Amino acid sequence: MSQSYNRGLIEDFGRWKEFSAGMWAWIFHKFTGWMLIGYLFTHIAVLSTAVGAASGDASLVASGDDIYTTTIQGLESLFIVRVLEVGLLAVAVFHILNGLRLLMVDLGVGLDAQDKSFYASLVLTAIITVASVPTFLDGVTL
Amino acid sequence: MSTQQQEPEQPESQETPKDPEMKGAESPVDEKEKETGEIDQTTADETELEGETVLIKVFRYDPEVADKQEPRFDEFHVPFEKGMTVLDAVMYARDHYDSSLTFRHSCRQAVCGSDAFFVNGKQRLGCKTQMADLEHPVRIEPLPHQEVVKDLVVDMDHFYDQMHTVEPYLQQDDLPTGDLEEQRQSRENREKIKMSTRCIWCGACMSSCNIAAGDNEYLGPAAINKAYRFAMDDREDEEVKEHRLRIIEQEHGVWRCQTQFSCTEVCPKDIPLTEHIQELKREAVKKNLKFW
Ligand code: HEM
Ligand code: SF4
Ligand code: FES
Repeated sequence: MSQSYNRGLIEDFGRWKEFSAGMWAWIFHKFTGWMLIGYLFTHIAVLSTAVGAASGDASLVASGDDIYTTTIQGLESLFIVRVLEVGLLAVAVFHILNGLRLLMVDLGVGLDAQDKSFYASLVLTAIITVASVPTFLDGVTL
Repeated sequence: MSTQQQEPEQPESQETPKDPEMKGAESPVDEKEKETGEIDQTTADETELEGETVLIKVFRYDPEVADKQEPRFDEFHVPFEKGMTVLDAVMYARDHYDSSLTFRHSCRQAVCGSDAFFVNGKQRLGCKTQMADLEHPVRIEPLPHQEVVKDLVVDMDHFYDQMHTVEPYLQQDDLPTGDLEEQRQSRENREKIKMSTRCIWCGACMSSCNIAAGDNEYLGPAAINKAYRFAMDDREDEEVKEHRLRIIEQEHGVWRCQTQFSCTEVCPKDIPLTEHIQELKREAVKKNLKFW
């Protein structure tokens, strides 16, 4: 080979408008999987620092003034935390639904409808997310 | 806008024309051309293309020509004809405007697999893609993720190497005795491997695969499909099948596939590549999991 031209990877993410259903499903699944991992560790960190006081004074716990209760109440009173919870639900629901789709793909079931099942996961995720908004945003002010 | 190119009187020289975008080549409508062509087999609006010229933008690169060392796009106005394929369009451009325009082609009927291009952002076979089915102007580029040798010609060596890795030939020394040495296959088994035998080695699938782009050692959809074609063939013995499964279950084999379905979507022979890869994954697991 005398000389040739390597066009590199410009064809990939620069062309996201041309991606097909299966490609989007893959990107979203990766993204949501790692978001869930991120949430898991944040969750552990926040709770394990908050339970420090749980062993403490029974009267504080009874009156609801222990660190655990105040931490949770403090977080839940923040509008941004409520919005993030809606986001977490959306991410988890999509990951589960598309995860089921991937299990079907692995078993070789319904491969001809793989794009439709991806769109179905998206639509279901959207419906469940929207339906959850009243519950998650209940009693919080900006 | 009914202008079109006039054919040059003199045969083109091998040199690049001084006017690669053909700006100076506009001419009044050729009456003869105007009478030809209705489009019926297409999705495009019939009146839109009839007797018109279509604009193609073709990727140019040539390490031996100074102003093509940096890749660029050349535009050609090609007179549209009923049934015109992408390959017809680039051939017209080569024969009438710029004889240095380089691409591979041979059979013109989706059999030889030499003319896979990247057309409007998708890997397609030039001779199997109707111009009228495409959005205009039509952008024609060499296959992505392969080194460009010149214009639309890419280096296929790596693709062929991967194909040969899976030993793409029937392995059975135990031939039937007698005059007839033919090895018979059951109808059911023929049906089973039918789609997988259709591969024409065009490389479109490999080029579309995001995993193959990131992992140069990945066997790729075509090679795995080739392995499937033989692993599922009953005429080979069980040991040979196990040997084949050992090849495809390696680190850069079937497990690299992330079921993005890109390959299945571009394969001009409609081979269900993802399905075959998934089936081999299950076969590989079954081979290694023996509880009984
Ligand atoms: C019912 C719940 C779940 C189902 C059905 C599910 C299913 C799946 C499936 C099928 C895969 C892809 C495997 C492949 O590449 O083919 C996957 C990947 C993954 N999942 Fe889940 N999952 C679930 C819950 C979770 C949870 C709770 C977490 C995090 C704590 C998580 C994190 C991940 C990660 C990080 C990946 C890998 C993403 C990557 O490819 O980089 N999943 N999941
Ligand atoms: S599997 Fe299809 S896309 Fe891939 S090389 Fe063979 S014919 Fe071309
Ligand atoms: S020219 Fe042979 S496949 Fe297109």
